[in-house]
Amino acid sequence: MRAGADGTSGGHGEAPGGAREEVLARVRTATGGGPAPPPPAREYRTADHPAVGGEELLELLVDRLVDYRALIRRSTTAMVAATVVAALTERGARRVAVPDGILPAGLERLEPGIELVGDDPPLSPAQLDGLDGVLTGCAVAIAETGTIVLDAGPGQGRRALSLVPDYHLVVVTAAQVVATVPQAVARLDPSRPQTWISGPSATSDIELDRVEGVHGPRTLEVIVCS
Amino acid sequence: MTEPVFLGLPTAPPGVGHLRGRRPFPEAARTALGDAQLRRNLAKATGTIRAKRAAVVGEVPDWAELRAAGAAIKDQVLAGLDGYLVQLEEQVTARGGVVHWARDATEANRIVTELVRDAGADEVVKVKSMATQEIGLNEALAAAGIAAWETDLAELIVQLGHDSPSHILVPAIHRNRAEIRDIFLREMGKVGLPAPADLTDQPRALAEAARLHLRRKFLEAGVAISGANFAVAETGTLAVVESEGNGRMCLTLPRTLVTVMGIEKLVPTWRDLEVFLQLLPRSSTGERMNPYTSMWTGVHPGDGPQAFHLVLLDNGRTATLADPQGRAALRCIRCSACLNVCPVYERTGGHAYGSVYPGPIGAVLSPQLTGVADNASLPYASTLCGACYDVCPVAIDIPQMLVHLRSRVVDAKRGHSRVPSPEQAVMASAAFAMDSPARWTAALRASRLGRLLGGRRHRLTALPPPLSAWTGTRDAPLPPRQSFRDWWARR
Repeated sequence: MRAGADGTSGGHGEAPGGAREEVLARVRTATGGGPAPPPPAREYRTADHPAVGGEELLELLVDRLVDYRALIRRSTTAMVAATVVAALTERGARRVAVPDGILPAGLERLEPGIELVGDDPPLSPAQLDGLDGVLTGCAVAIAETGTIVLDAGPGQGRRALSLVPDYHLVVVTAAQVVATVPQAVARLDPSRPQTWISGPSATSDIELDRVEGVHGPRTLEVIVCS
Repeated sequence: MTEPVFLGLPTAPPGVGHLRGRRPFPEAARTALGDAQLRRNLAKATGTIRAKRAAVVGEVPDWAELRAAGAAIKDQVLAGLDGYLVQLEEQVTARGGVVHWARDATEANRIVTELVRDAGADEVVKVKSMATQEIGLNEALAAAGIAAWETDLAELIVQLGHDSPSHILVPAIHRNRAEIRDIFLREMGKVGLPAPADLTDQPRALAEAARLHLRRKFLEAGVAISGANFAVAETGTLAVVESEGNGRMCLTLPRTLVTVMGIEKLVPTWRDLEVFLQLLPRSSTGERMNPYTSMWTGVHPGDGPQAFHLVLLDNGRTATLADPQGRAALRCIRCSACLNVCPVYERTGGHAYGSVYPGPIGAVLSPQLTGVADNASLPYASTLCGACYDVCPVAIDIPQMLVHLRSRVVDAKRGHSRVPSPEQAVMASAAFAMDSPARWTAALRASRLGRLLGGRRHRLTALPPPLSAWTGTRDAPLPPRQSFRDWWARR
């Protein structure tokens, strides 16, 4: 069924008496045109609230990530390529998905043993499932909550890329780190698809005990660059 | 029983979905209380989550301010809901999505079934969703020959166990690890990849079994069905908050995505999510942030589903909105913190409430969605201790709302019957006595005769009918030797 095709469940342009008009009419009856409530007072720590910065901020991020049992490596912008190689080698990852923009274009191998697999043409879910891991950057990282946000920007790829492989290696640079959730929301563009990642896949469904590793990548490794 | 509907607005229809229990709460609770295993499972699980929540809420310096903002934003949504819904529809449509409207469960089920058929699918993968549980979507799809695979671990346990959910966040909270192992071994092979024969009851091994069982279904699914935690009116952005990655799988890999969402789940602006993405995870799983939150706006070319349908569901929500003293229940963000602190829920579990919304929030939400006549016992399923209000991240005053709904239940009963109930008869005679000082004094003196009934324990343990309804579950104190008035008159 398409919107409005039968006049009962559609969007714009449906016949009077359809579900859309009726639900909206019910809402108007129920709210009865009472006075509008005052706009919400935002007395919490908003995006412009002073927060920690510098090395303290990076240490907070690392502390939170460790708490989620993510693996952490500290590096510098100059040394990041070597750190990526070290992480992938230790992991034993031989075929790794890489979105555009994370490594120099045209690079096919990192070391002789690590093959880089691009996503153009797009890899199928089964192909992604056959890879050893994925390397991405991120848009923003939130120190207080240990959250890394991907928004399909440069070096991040489409959402499936960082989901299906069982190992996700993320590079976070100092400039991408903010302290609080409101600071992250202020930086992000809602028109982009977003994935907020806080540690590896986990579940608390059995006796409310947290267990890492269900359907998403079971290992999350983060390279934090100063 | 019928109750005059609020402003003539229809409630959720009977015969479809899961908002009504087969038995009244006291009866179902009595059965649940006899299950020692259930009580052990619940006490352990709710104790664990209470401690985790308290720790992560305690470390947020501005929790009270976030809570106040959360409540105010939701009140703003409810007051201007028609405008926000239209705005959301415009934004989703402009970004390539299709919006559908459903007056009730039956209509929503029909819309989703037709969308799945249109996509040419005979099976779907599902992200855990309270709205689709509420409307009984899986049953409706099954009746149409469409298999719906629940992919959240707890929902999978419930589905494989031919069971029903008993908690908003952890639907299988009533099951312990050994029971889950048995269900996996017995049932997984009947519907897909069997569990490994040497499966242990370690949570890690059970999670691994679920991963293997569902992997192929995720990679091959053509249609996914989800709920939504939030929808942003100004941008058309939808958000799903989860832990396992099953949500990401469903929201990313299939070609077609159908999201069913209650009309109250809106926030006005993108910025408002900065409040709720702090309140929800800490209240819900007791984490600083849940492992995964997915957000999408319409269709993103080349990334994720290329067909997106949003079904906006009423099913008694506008009837709830019409009661000024009850509408704050629609602020609820389904965190389940109130369940975990409730002394009644901790002992009876969720099934006794008969609705997919159990616990304190269920006791105020379910009767409003269905009309109080159909869930008349739920407003009494509480000790009014107030713990639920304290932990609610959007400050719903559940105890006060329960008292209000009790009065609606009494009104509904009065409207129904010409013969006064025992309770009404007692209240009427009390009103008669209290109306006149002379009658009241006489009544107090007469009550002293009641002392003759008290035994050695000085308690009244069994009164004659109709007062036996009170003493069936509690003792009544003996009337004092001397009333306050007598004492005052003699000093």
